[in-house]
Amino acid sequence: MTTLFKFHGGVHPPTHKAESTRTPIAQMPLPKKLVIPFHQHVGNIAKPQVRAGDHVLKGQIIGLPEDGISSAVHASTSGTITEIGMQVVAHASGLPDLCATLVPDGKDEWIAHSGIDFRVATHADVRQMLRLAGVVGLGGAVFPSDLKLRPGTHKIDTLILNGAECEPYITCDDMLMRERADEIIRGAEIMRWVLGADTILVGIEDNKPEAIAAMQVAAQTSSDNIQVIAVPTLYPGGGAKQLIRVLTGIEVAAGVRSTEKGVQCFNVATAQSIYRAVQFGEPLVSRIVTVTGNVSDAQNLEVLIGTPVSDVVAYAGVLPDTDSYIMGGPMMGLPLPAASVSIVKAANCIIASSPKLFPPAPPAMPCIRCTRCAEVCPAELQPQDLYWFAKAREFGKAQEFSLFDCIECGACSYVCPSHIPLVQYYRFAKSEIWARESEKNASDAARERFEFREHRIEREKREKAEKLAAKEQAALAAKQEAAKISAAPTETPASAPIDEKQAKIQAAIEHAKQQAAAIKPKNTEQLTPQQMAEIADIEARRARIHELAKSEAEPPRE
Amino acid sequence: MSAFFSPFISKPDSVSAIMLKVILALIPGIALYVWYFGPAILVSITLASLTALATEAAMLKLRKRPIAPFLKDNSALLTAWLLALSIPPLAPWWLIVVGTAFCIAIAKHLYGGFGNNPFNPAMVGYAVLIVSFPVQMTHWITPQGMGAELGFGQQWQYIFSGMLPDGLTLDAVTMATPLDTLKTQLHLALPANEILTQPIFGHLAGHGSEMIALGFLIGGLYLLAARIISWHLPVAFLGTLFLIAGIFHMVDPTHYVAPVFHWFSGAAMLGAFFILTDPITSPTTRKGKLIFAAGAGLLTYLIRVYGAFPDGIAFATLLMNICVPLIDAYTQPKVFGKKEKQS
Repeated sequence: MTTLFKFHGGVHPPTHKAESTRTPIAQMPLPKKLVIPFHQHVGNIAKPQVRAGDHVLKGQIIGLPEDGISSAVHASTSGTITEIGMQVVAHASGLPDLCATLVPDGKDEWIAHSGIDFRVATHADVRQMLRLAGVVGLGGAVFPSDLKLRPGTHKIDTLILNGAECEPYITCDDMLMRERADEIIRGAEIMRWVLGADTILVGIEDNKPEAIAAMQVAAQTSSDNIQVIAVPTLYPGGGAKQLIRVLTGIEVAAGVRSTEKGVQCFNVATAQSIYRAVQFGEPLVSRIVTVTGNVSDAQNLEVLIGTPVSDVVAYAGVLPDTDSYIMGGPMMGLPLPAASVSIVKAANCIIASSPKLFPPAPPAMPCIRCTRCAEVCPAELQPQDLYWFAKAREFGKAQEFSLFDCIECGACSYVCPSHIPLVQYYRFAKSEIWARESEKNASDAARERFEFREHRIEREKREKAEKLAAKEQAALAAKQEAAKISAAPTETPASAPIDEKQAKIQAAIEHAKQQAAAIKPKNTEQLTPQQMAEIADIEARRARIHELAKSEAEPPRE
Repeated sequence: MSAFFSPFISKPDSVSAIMLKVILALIPGIALYVWYFGPAILVSITLASLTALATEAAMLKLRKRPIAPFLKDNSALLTAWLLALSIPPLAPWWLIVVGTAFCIAIAKHLYGGFGNNPFNPAMVGYAVLIVSFPVQMTHWITPQGMGAELGFGQQWQYIFSGMLPDGLTLDAVTMATPLDTLKTQLHLALPANEILTQPIFGHLAGHGSEMIALGFLIGGLYLLAARIISWHLPVAFLGTLFLIAGIFHMVDPTHYVAPVFHWFSGAAMLGAFFILTDPITSPTTRKGKLIFAAGAGLLTYLIRVYGAFPDGIAFATLLMNICVPLIDAYTQPKVFGKKEKQS
């Protein structure tokens, strides 16, 4: 038996997983319309490759990865692209993003595709294949998988497959492991091969005995060294850092890559899609989504990327008192801006929410420093202190107290007897710090530009003066020669101050112009949609926190 | 949907439930109090409760804060009960009223109200009373079977009118606490073991009062089991008190009584489980809690043995309350992944 390690804290919220594991994974019928966002992954938005009117086949690339961190986006079925434009997407900001609207032709006709033998292909080829297949982390982080398979400076000893699925309600990984364990293991073999890892550890929370059994059976078919390990059910035990800690004892600090410690971690669903991509050349056009909460038939569905959430919940029998939808789990999930947004690669779970299911929290009371939050914090922070600092806008202090080590798991808010929305305060503090930093960067850049210009003007002035002096010198020499008498040398010094004065005025004008120009970078016209989304996100959080502060019984002391 | 964000669920718990559990945990001690000293304590608890709620409501109104949620948080009640249990029950009614009003108005609300007060309000109230009304604060009821006894009606009459039944003086129905008696008699150069043979010292530390301490210990163990309080505070406090009393006792048993006496006399148990454990006025880090409670244990002993007051819990608590921000600042634990020096 492997020795397991503990991470600090954690909570045991009611799991509500039984509701959605009663039936096998079902195929969601083809929707009437798909809206496929070009930005479904961490990094740069994919570059559109199709235009309205184009006919596309299932699996055809419609967006190519652009520079460094990016991933491809595909047509999820065959049909016609009717529009490329901005639409509301599943993002915290609620802002529109670039999407392709695809009306299926009903044939679901695949584009020609074929797999490769990963043992023969170069590692770079495998990575390129994954990049073009749009494979990203399906645990919710949606980081391009090919980048996580790049060779680093450290040898990878252990590949960890994350099947913990610690968030309540979510069961998509559970069902996938039960039904497609072999494909997950095959995917793990590919990743181990590319990473050059020695062992594969699969961590699954012990509340999923069927998944553990299926994965153990599948692991036996592999020649790789694979251990399927039941880990204690404890939220957030499925966080990559927490799972790495439990399985290996290694603590990966904030801002440190796990690969520096010889560990790389992937979600089980990612492993499965890596297998499909490499073995068959199938890009990521669908994913398993848990549809649960206020629905009559909670279940797991295989859903085409781009399917509207409203279609998915309707299929699961959404109940009439549903008032909103959550993407992800109840601890870290994202409230969707509208039911019309589409299923993206990050959408592991859709919870139909009603006031009865998730009643609004009672009004917040003052913090009594009971430290229940500190007791459950997996990052071993002092949430009660961070709360004070965020509330008092002492952001420097908050950073000193490791604000950015917070993984926003929500355990602190969950246990707070005063019902303080702690995580929301941390999000606010983080976004304020980011906003200040980007402002500072902008002003630094402006100052640098200004200084450079000053320097240039200075240089030009000096050069001009030198030229003038040389000319005068020449003129003087000529004069002296012509007159043959001693000239009045006072003439030149008299003219110099005037020149200097004019130059100074000129410099001042330039300075003013420059200052005006320096303000320009703040102009929102030149921002990319991504930047706009980020800004809007920050603004939305700010607005929310202001409302929050207002709604609190004890108004913040200034 | 404006205030709709993760986490969408929360553990069913509340500040008022926590405070209520602490109040309930006082009941075994109070029951034994009534058994040994008569029902006067119930009168002072009631007076304190009413004063606390009235003062709380008035202060909230003055501070323009919502009244209902804060009255329901039970914190004012807890302060009231703790103060009532700290002062003599057989005292003029205004003593507890003045003390409680001071706790709530000055020690709590003038420092920013619930969650913001740096000093334990009940202990501030106690300190104010013992400094301002030292005479009234020394008349403790004689336990049942140890002298003249007053019925409930007679206790009631004394509290509200200051009248005692004919032929009885206040000195006949009250006495000094065992801690006080011990201190006085040690000053008379009597050996400790001889002093403790007197009936008022009971089996361990005081007839009746030792049983009340036991009641508070039982309530405290419930709070530990219910995870309302952490073990760090009571263990460090009682451990330090035991250790230092044990050292002094071993060196000179004629002048220094055994550590168990210190545990079960005065407010040691009440302090260990109910007063030091006030989260608002104690440190937040584990190491900090240990330092805080150990300091309180040490100070309690020193005040009891060398100080001017018979018991030291209140002043020890207040002195350590002052140190809380400093203790917290210097006991910050290392965060996840940063415990060892990164290579």
